[in-house]
Amino acid sequence: MNDMPRTPAADAAAAQAAALAACWSCRGPVDPASLFCATCKAVQPPAPLDHFTRLGLPRAFDVKVPVLEQLYFGFQRQLHPDRFAGAAPKARQISQSQAVAFNEAYETLKDPLARATYLLKISGVPIEGEGAHTIHDAGLLDEQMERREALFEATDIPAVEALAAAARADAKAATAAIAAAFARGDLAAARIETLRLKYLVKLGEEARGRRARLAQGGTA
Amino acid sequence: MLLQIHEPGETPLPHENEKGLAVGIDLGTTNSVVAISREQKVEVVRDARGSGLVPSVVAYPEEGGPLVGEIARRQILDRPEIVVSSIKRLMGRGVAELEGLGAKLPYELGPAAEGGMARLRIGGRLLTPVEISADILRAVKERAELALGRNVDRAVVTVPAYFDDAARTATRDAARLAGLEVLRLVAEPTAAALAYGLDSKSEGLYAVYDLGGGTFDFSLLRLEKGVFQVLATGGDAALGGDDFDQAVAARFLAERGGEITREETKQALVAARLAKECLSTQDSWDGTLMLDSGDSDHSLDRTALEALISPFVERTIRICAAVLEDAGVSAGDLGGVVLVGGSTRVPLVRERVAAFFGRPALADIDPDEVVAVGAALQAEALTAGSDTLLLDVLPLSLGLETMGGIVEKIVERNTPIPVARAQEFTTYQDGQDAMAIHVVQGEREMVDQCRSLARFVLDGIPPMVAGAARIRVTFSVDADGLLSVAARESTTGREAHVEVKPSYGLTEDEMAAMLRASIENAADDMERRLLTEARVEARRAVNALQAALAADADLLSADEVAAIETSVEAVERAMSGSDRHAIQGAAEELEHRTKTFAERRMDRGIRKALAGRNVAEIGG
Ligand SMILES: [Zn+2]
Repeated sequence: MNDMPRTPAADAAAAQAAALAACWSCRGPVDPASLFCATCKAVQPPAPLDHFTRLGLPRAFDVKVPVLEQLYFGFQRQLHPDRFAGAAPKARQISQSQAVAFNEAYETLKDPLARATYLLKISGVPIEGEGAHTIHDAGLLDEQMERREALFEATDIPAVEALAAAARADAKAATAAIAAAFARGDLAAARIETLRLKYLVKLGEEARGRRARLAQGGTA
Repeated sequence: MLLQIHEPGETPLPHENEKGLAVGIDLGTTNSVVAISREQKVEVVRDARGSGLVPSVVAYPEEGGPLVGEIARRQILDRPEIVVSSIKRLMGRGVAELEGLGAKLPYELGPAAEGGMARLRIGGRLLTPVEISADILRAVKERAELALGRNVDRAVVTVPAYFDDAARTATRDAARLAGLEVLRLVAEPTAAALAYGLDSKSEGLYAVYDLGGGTFDFSLLRLEKGVFQVLATGGDAALGGDDFDQAVAARFLAERGGEITREETKQALVAARLAKECLSTQDSWDGTLMLDSGDSDHSLDRTALEALISPFVERTIRICAAVLEDAGVSAGDLGGVVLVGGSTRVPLVRERVAAFFGRPALADIDPDEVVAVGAALQAEALTAGSDTLLLDVLPLSLGLETMGGIVEKIVERNTPIPVARAQEFTTYQDGQDAMAIHVVQGEREMVDQCRSLARFVLDGIPPMVAGAARIRVTFSVDADGLLSVAARESTTGREAHVEVKPSYGLTEDEMAAMLRASIENAADDMERRLLTEARVEARRAVNALQAALAADADLLSADEVAAIETSVEAVERAMSGSDRHAIQGAAEELEHRTKTFAERRMDRGIRKALAGRNVAEIGG
């Protein structure tokens, strides 16, 4: 049965061809995307999956948060390190890396801005950094500058709150526009609206900080 | 053939009966409480008079061991110089910070320990806050052992949600010194929610307002079908009922006038506390302050007390408002507000909380005991299994020092834990082979406004031109909220060496020396732990093999099965003994003997998978 000379490299290549990994515990074949070994039930390390796939969701912007949460809770119930308190050290360590992977996926997908940013990145249209084109962003920047100036000039709490409320309303509109753009497959439009949302979220944070300073009697 | 299959988790650990009980401990600033849960029925361990509270006070007389609890507290009036209280406020604090507090601290500071941890001079001894806390934990452990008639060696210990990494590490080290394995550090508000949630099967958003002796925590949780998800947390690690006492004591001392010694300050604090407690039920208090320098009469009514403590209560309310705003939740969205901590007995606190949240707060479970009750439930969940799940968050952002002392955040606060983030660094000089990294915790922009957690030196970086090395540093925070760091140089794949020097911690050597000094059988303790670990690992290997045999035994000849069986028997035999090296040796032998079996199983798996794919390809 085993006439061929075996080498670790040859074994790994054969396993990869068959899309199989070796279970760390029983050393038998295991589907690398599975959470537990079908044979010995040992917890398996997180597979290199995108956040949507990891949580069992389609790769789309339209995520229902309650659905996302139920999926997330379900996975953490099986994988959280507390479930492995008395287990072998290696199993505890793997459960921690699984919990880390699911926490990261959940954190990214539950927030519309983080979700849109991530979806654009894995679709090859990152909003910033290498590969991000900036030509269409000029108008957006002007708009942002104007809003920040208005916030800077606001000297009382009602004025700051009015600007914050306007930013929240626009953020909602931008989120709807992102959803529509993704739905029709227009990644360029989704990217612009995501940048807009990013600025608006930042502006909201700045408004909060400014309001807190005004409430403390500062004039800054 | 050995073919019993155990589901993971169902397998009783070998020698389970040798293991001690697992308890829940609330290590409080003023009082500590220990409780045990059996089948979700929690029992608080009480003394003969029915009290579940052990005062977190330690006295160090010249002769004999430390005294803990009520007996130590009674020494404050007679021999204040040998007594330590409220030590929790100093956990994980640096020498410089304590010197800043110096005027307020009724202790004399001694030279710092090697790792930078502050030491107090008490009754002629030099003691770190970790050792003093360990003495409290040891007393609480013994109290539980006496009441339960069994050895207690594992515990869930609670910490304020707002405790940073240094304070959490100090707490874990204290438990280790006391001979307790920490199953989990749980945030106090989370433990309280667990106690309430399991009781009432509540669902929805809950807030926990936890005002203890020295710390204030406010947490927002979602309870849903046994999941306790912390959404946001905030607080102040130096705000609590002690501040009320100090304000009252300062008033008494101002009324007296004259010079006051450090010992007299401690005595005045005792009187202040009595006055405060009395005013929780009475409208006025009269008493005499009997100090070495003479007696003085004082009186205080509730209105005057409230004027003194109101600034502290308002600070807690502002923190509540900030956390709600952070989470985008309004007070009206909440299903309830839970009160935790002895300081919530103060009527002004209850009034202000009720006014802010627009509803009276829940205090059905004794606010002094509710945290220990939750900790006991979690201890049972971790040892006996349970459907409940605690999902906690990082209380304070983690950051790195960059140029100009500016903090670059790597993990934002309120991120669910466990969490791991990788950051890439490069060298800025040709041939540079080492790099210093400074990790801080806090929300402010400048390094000196945050808490310094640790300084790492990455060395062994292969010499390259500036900017060519790629050092990937991974910061991991585990479910206890404790940070660890790993580093790897990406271009060569070499693991860089990480030397962790906690800013206010104990060095490994100091910890080892303390362990030797504090536990008579420290070596035994360590050995027992390693032995348990070896048995758990060997059991895992045998179970995994049995599962594999159940699936694929037909890949082996009768002789091969017999050889494997012999190896399994050898492992089982070694496990029934207590030589950990023998267990490890037998397990390694088993692994070696089953290598061919594992290879044949992989081959079969691959052939099956490829055959399945070919069929699918032909068919599709
Ligand atoms: Zn397996």
